[in-house]
Amino acid sequence: MTGGTVTLLVYRGEDGNGREQRFEVPMQEGMVVLDAVHYIQAHLALDLAVRWNCKAAKCGSCSAEVNGRPMLMCKTRVDQFQGKEIHVGPMRTFPLIKDLVTDVSWNYEVNRQIPPFTPPADLKAPYTMLAEDVDRVYEYRKCIECFLCQDVCHVLRDHGEKSQYYGPRYMVRIAALEMHPKDTLDRTGLLDGQGGVAMCNITKCCQEVCPEHIHITDNAIIPLKERTVSAHSDPILWVARKLRGKRKQAV
Amino acid sequence: MAVEAAQAPAPAPAAQASPGRAWWVEPALTVIAYLGFVAYATWAVFNGSKAFFAPYLSPFDSPAFGLFRFPTGYLLPVLAAIPLALRATCYYYRKSYYRAFFWDPPACAIREVRKGRYRGERSLPFALSNLHRYALVLTLLVTIVLWIDAIRAFDFDGRFGIGLGTALMLVNVVLLTLYTGTCHSLRYLAGGNLDCYSCTRAGKLRHRLSSFLDRLNPQHGAWAWYSMFSVGLTDLYIRLLQSGVLHDPRWIPGA
Repeated sequence: MTGGTVTLLVYRGEDGNGREQRFEVPMQEGMVVLDAVHYIQAHLALDLAVRWNCKAAKCGSCSAEVNGRPMLMCKTRVDQFQGKEIHVGPMRTFPLIKDLVTDVSWNYEVNRQIPPFTPPADLKAPYTMLAEDVDRVYEYRKCIECFLCQDVCHVLRDHGEKSQYYGPRYMVRIAALEMHPKDTLDRTGLLDGQGGVAMCNITKCCQEVCPEHIHITDNAIIPLKERTVSAHSDPILWVARKLRGKRKQAV
Repeated sequence: MAVEAAQAPAPAPAAQASPGRAWWVEPALTVIAYLGFVAYATWAVFNGSKAFFAPYLSPFDSPAFGLFRFPTGYLLPVLAAIPLALRATCYYYRKSYYRAFFWDPPACAIREVRKGRYRGERSLPFALSNLHRYALVLTLLVTIVLWIDAIRAFDFDGRFGIGLGTALMLVNVVLLTLYTGTCHSLRYLAGGNLDCYSCTRAGKLRHRLSSFLDRLNPQHGAWAWYSMFSVGLTDLYIRLLQSGVLHDPRWIPGA
C-alpha cells in the first residue's frame, strides 16, 4: 500500500524526562517502523538518534519499544497498525543515551562473568560430536543479542534487580554451555547464586518477544531451573550425589 | 569516546504505552476460570457425597476409597490433592497465576503495581515449586488409576458397552495424560538432564524420548486448560446422572 501518511510519536530526549514528538511520514508499500524512523532522520529531525545496522532482523541493533512492546523496528511493519498512531520509544530497561539509543553495556559485563566453554584439558579441537548430542544447542545459537528479552524481563525492567539476575539472554548462553557435550564445568552454582535463575517466575515474556523465536523459557530457563534444583535443592539427589561423588567441576 | 547514559525513561502507564491493547483480558479470564474451578473442585471433594453412577466414577472421587476421614465424617480423597499439587507447581500454571493473581507482571511490558522487594522463586512459598518433579511422579500414578476407571466405564454389569459417560471419562483421561506427558519436568527426567546422550547408557533411547517430548511440550498450556475443564465436566456429568437430571445414552451390543 502506497500513499497517505502515517503518524509516528517518537521519544526525544537525553534522559528520562524526554517527550514524544509527532511526525507525519509518507507511507510506502512494505514499510517497516525503521523505514519511517529513517525518513524522519533524513527529512524531519536530522539529529534523531537511532541505532541500526542490517535492516534484516539479524544484527539485533534496532531494538526499541513500539506501542509499548519490545520489538525490532526493522521487523515491524507499519501497515499492521492500520493507520493508527505509532508510539516509538527506547528500551526502558537500559540507561538512555539519546532518543532511541540506549546503553546496553551492562549486558556485556554480565557476559564476562560467565565461565566460557571449557573442554577437557586433553581434548584438542576440532571436536567430534554426534548430532544427537548437540541438536538442542542449535536453538540457543540463533540468538542475535537484540536484548529485547532483557528489556521485557520484569525482574530487570520493573524490579531493577540487575545485581540478582543475569536475565533471559544469559540463561540462553548458560544453557548452551551447560548442555554442550564437551563442556566440563558445572554452572549451577552460578545460577543458584549470582546468575539468579530462581528470580525468574516463568512469565514467558522473553519468549514472546524473541525475534528469533527461541523458546527461551521452555527450552533454556526451565531446564536450567531443573538442573539447579537437582544440584542444590533436591533432597533425594543430594543423598545420591554424596554417595556417587561429583562428576563436573563446579563454578 | 565514552558516552554518557542517563536514567532510562520510566515505563509508561499501560494506556499510554500500549494504546488499544486489551492486556487485561487474559489475566481477567484466567482469574475467573481458576477461581471457578477451585470453587467447584473444593465443593466436589468436600461435599460428602461420592460422584458415582455405575459404571462411572468421578475423577475427584477416584479411587473408590478415602485414605482417612475427617471427624465430621466427610470423606477426604487425599489423592485429589496430588494433581492439585502438580498444577500448583506446574510451569504453565506458574506463568498463568503470577500474571493473573500477582500481576507480576500482569502482561508483557505492562508496568507492575507491586511494591516491595521482589524475591522471585527464591523464598517460600514459591520455592516449593521446585518440588514439581515429585508431584509429577505421584500424578503419573494417579493417571494410571484414572485409566483403570476409564476402562471400567466400558463394563455395564459384565457386558461391554459405551455410554456418553464412558466417552467423557476416556476423553478426560486422554487429556490428563497429554497434560502430564508434556510436563517440563518429565522431559527433563526423560533425558533433558543429560549433556551427552552418546556417552550414556540407553542414551539413544533417552534422546528419542526427550526429543519426542520436546515436540509435544509447546502444547502443554493448552492441555492444562482442556484437562482442567474435562475433569470438572466429567464430575458434573456424573453428578447430574446421579441426581436424575440427565439420562445417559448408551450402546450395549445385544442389550
